[in-house]
Amino acid sequence: MRLKLVPSDTSIDFLRLRQVAMVFSGLLVAGSIILFSLVGLNLGIDFRGGILIEARSTAGPADISGLRGNLGKLGLGDISLQSFGAETDVLVRVQRQDGDEKAQIAAIEAITSTLGSDFDIRRTEFVGPTVGAELAQKGMLAVVCALLAIMVYIWFRFEWQFSIAAILALAHDVITTIGLFALTAFEFNLATVAAILTIAGYSINDTVVVFDRVRENMRRYKSFEQRDILNRSLNETLSRTIMTSVTTLLALLAIVVFGGAVLRDFALAMIWGVLIGTYSSVFVAVGMLSRFDLKRTMEEEDEAEGAR
Amino acid sequence: MVQFETWKRVLVLFVMLVGVVFALPNVMSNDKDGAPSFLPGQPINLGLDLQGGSHLLMLVDMDVVLAERLSNITETIRQDFRTKKIRFSGLKISGEEVVITLRDAGDKEAAEQIFTDLGTGLRRIIDGATYRISYDEAGLAELQTRTLEQSIEIIRRRIDPDGTKEPIIQRQGKDRVLVQLPGVDDPEVIKRLLGRTAKLTFQMVDLRMTAAEALDRGRTPPGTVLLPGDDEDGRSYVIEKRVIVSGELLDSATASFDQNNRPAVSFTLNATGAKRFGKATGENIGRPFAIILDGKVVSAPTIQSQIFANGQITGEFSVAETNELALILRAGALPAPLIVLEERSIGPGLGADSVAAGEIAAIVAIALVIIYMLLSYGTFGLMANVALVVNIILIIAALSAIQATLTLPGIAGIVLTMGMAVDANVLVFERIREELRRGRSVISAIDGGYQRAISTIIDSNLTTLFAATFLYIFGSGPIKGFAVTLAIGIITSLFTAVMVTRMLVIIWLERKRPTTLEL
Repeated sequence: MRLKLVPSDTSIDFLRLRQVAMVFSGLLVAGSIILFSLVGLNLGIDFRGGILIEARSTAGPADISGLRGNLGKLGLGDISLQSFGAETDVLVRVQRQDGDEKAQIAAIEAITSTLGSDFDIRRTEFVGPTVGAELAQKGMLAVVCALLAIMVYIWFRFEWQFSIAAILALAHDVITTIGLFALTAFEFNLATVAAILTIAGYSINDTVVVFDRVRENMRRYKSFEQRDILNRSLNETLSRTIMTSVTTLLALLAIVVFGGAVLRDFALAMIWGVLIGTYSSVFVAVGMLSRFDLKRTMEEEDEAEGAR
Repeated sequence: MVQFETWKRVLVLFVMLVGVVFALPNVMSNDKDGAPSFLPGQPINLGLDLQGGSHLLMLVDMDVVLAERLSNITETIRQDFRTKKIRFSGLKISGEEVVITLRDAGDKEAAEQIFTDLGTGLRRIIDGATYRISYDEAGLAELQTRTLEQSIEIIRRRIDPDGTKEPIIQRQGKDRVLVQLPGVDDPEVIKRLLGRTAKLTFQMVDLRMTAAEALDRGRTPPGTVLLPGDDEDGRSYVIEKRVIVSGELLDSATASFDQNNRPAVSFTLNATGAKRFGKATGENIGRPFAIILDGKVVSAPTIQSQIFANGQITGEFSVAETNELALILRAGALPAPLIVLEERSIGPGLGADSVAAGEIAAIVAIALVIIYMLLSYGTFGLMANVALVVNIILIIAALSAIQATLTLPGIAGIVLTMGMAVDANVLVFERIREELRRGRSVISAIDGGYQRAISTIIDSNLTTLFAATFLYIFGSGPIKGFAVTLAIGIITSLFTAVMVTRMLVIIWLERKRPTTLEL
């Protein structure tokens, strides 16, 4: 007996849900943009500059409220404390200090000496404002360049309509992921940019598999309605889509549970990415595709090739 | 298509063998000896976030160097003009220029000669009798390069005096230095070692005016300057500008104790230094001289007798401080102050925890994926699982062979590839299922499955490779590590899916010669 999450022969009318999905996605994207502009992201020190110190109490669970009082007396401005992973571990975040870089280094020393001998300093990160701005710029550039390169590649391998549909699905995934970070106030840092690019890679992977099948079926079933061809392609690839999503989710779940606190946010973002990427390949990418008259373009293309 | 040429089989086996050989050092090494010598490779390079250590990005403060150079140029011009008896006015530094006006146009030629003798890399703008001298682009670039190179050399000598710690000290851009030092327990020590330029000078204390008088009058006698003391009592000293001996003339410096058993730094001057110091101390017995470090008077002892090569710096030091000071003095002065722009320090405990957590996550991930594949595809799932294990060995081997740095996000990348690595096999298997449902024979279904799936596999993997490439280009530190593992994972999973699984499937076909296939 085989484990089959998807029956062998499905004939689900995915495109019937197209309108609903469009409204749903539209709301998701609009909500993300609104959240992003109103609430904003909880930017990590990578982009905002500032200090982050991870410490482990050597004497039982960390007394966070006591620490908050002691650190508050240092007059370093906005200090956030949170327990991190184990209850002995505490994460101290301090805003960027007024003054030059020397002031930041002095703040680190003040905090570590306040933590004193009861705490073992496990990690110190400090990003100055110059570097923070550079990292933010490079992160944006990485996302934009990757999206453009993927778009050009799809255009090159398929018709232009596929390229547009793919890039819309991709933008949908990236925007809603950013929206998720605005909603949950998860820290948005360099690792998040990596997660977003990986989500983009995963989502486009999924989309390309479906598109490949669409292209193949367009040629094979010339007499069929475009809508039926699209639905058929989705049904044929459904088993694979689910299978790959589940294996990837299993691997990510292992990271969430066992990978430690540092990787947890990264893996959670990726899980969201796998879910939204799978959804968008089916509903956004193919949904957009169904609005174009693909048959004519492909026939023209084939004639052009035949004439050569 | 349902044949796998002998040369391909040999190739697959060869790649697998090479993979095992390069992956082995990771299993067989221990901390002390490294990899066994009969193996060609080294274990994977762990990033600072896994190994523990410090990453510091520092800015070399070029403005300070430039100001110093301009001030030197000003003094040279002043002296040369006096020697040549050229009359001038308004000699000063204005922004990044030295400005001077000749009083007598007849001196033009002599003045031009002096300016030319200042050296290359300078530019003169002449406006009537007024000259503006500044560094030109080439001169500035040369100054920056030299300062940066000197800084790197001094940094190396300070943080790795014995050459045993394997730090990475790299130039970044035109005015930055990146320092990466693995396995440091206390990053504060490094920051203290690099936190001062350590310009050491010996200068005479001027007794014509006390510091209090100088403060009252708001000026010091000509040729002197008011310098603060190093103590917390806020004392200042009137110091002669003339430098007797400076730090470059030190031969050695060691931590020691003075006659009262307080921590001190003993130093020895080289021949030139000893001659100058001996002359100055001989002429000034009974007068105080000042030991000045980075513009602060550390101590101002009275000269008891003539001193030549050997002396001692005393002050309010702890033993740790004298050790650090001695080390810094031996290493030499930094040409410019360093400003920390970015710091990431990971304690060794956290690094070890991360490795352990990453390993567990990876093992659990493999186990889950293997079970799921087995349940879904049976025998074929088993073959895909073999390919998965080969894939992991190849990733480890590739990372070891190119000595890429494995970071914490890199581990996540490997775990993620495991999930995605089976995708290629899933694509093929699902295709085979479809072909079987269409009533094809076993062999033709398998053949068709591979043929049809391959272009999809390549398309989908290439797009992910794009994302990895841009992560590598624009990412920094750990993110670069993630991009490298992701890219390697894509390439190896392509190889294992297309070659290894296919070889296993074909061998299975040849042995069993099945007429029906349940997939």
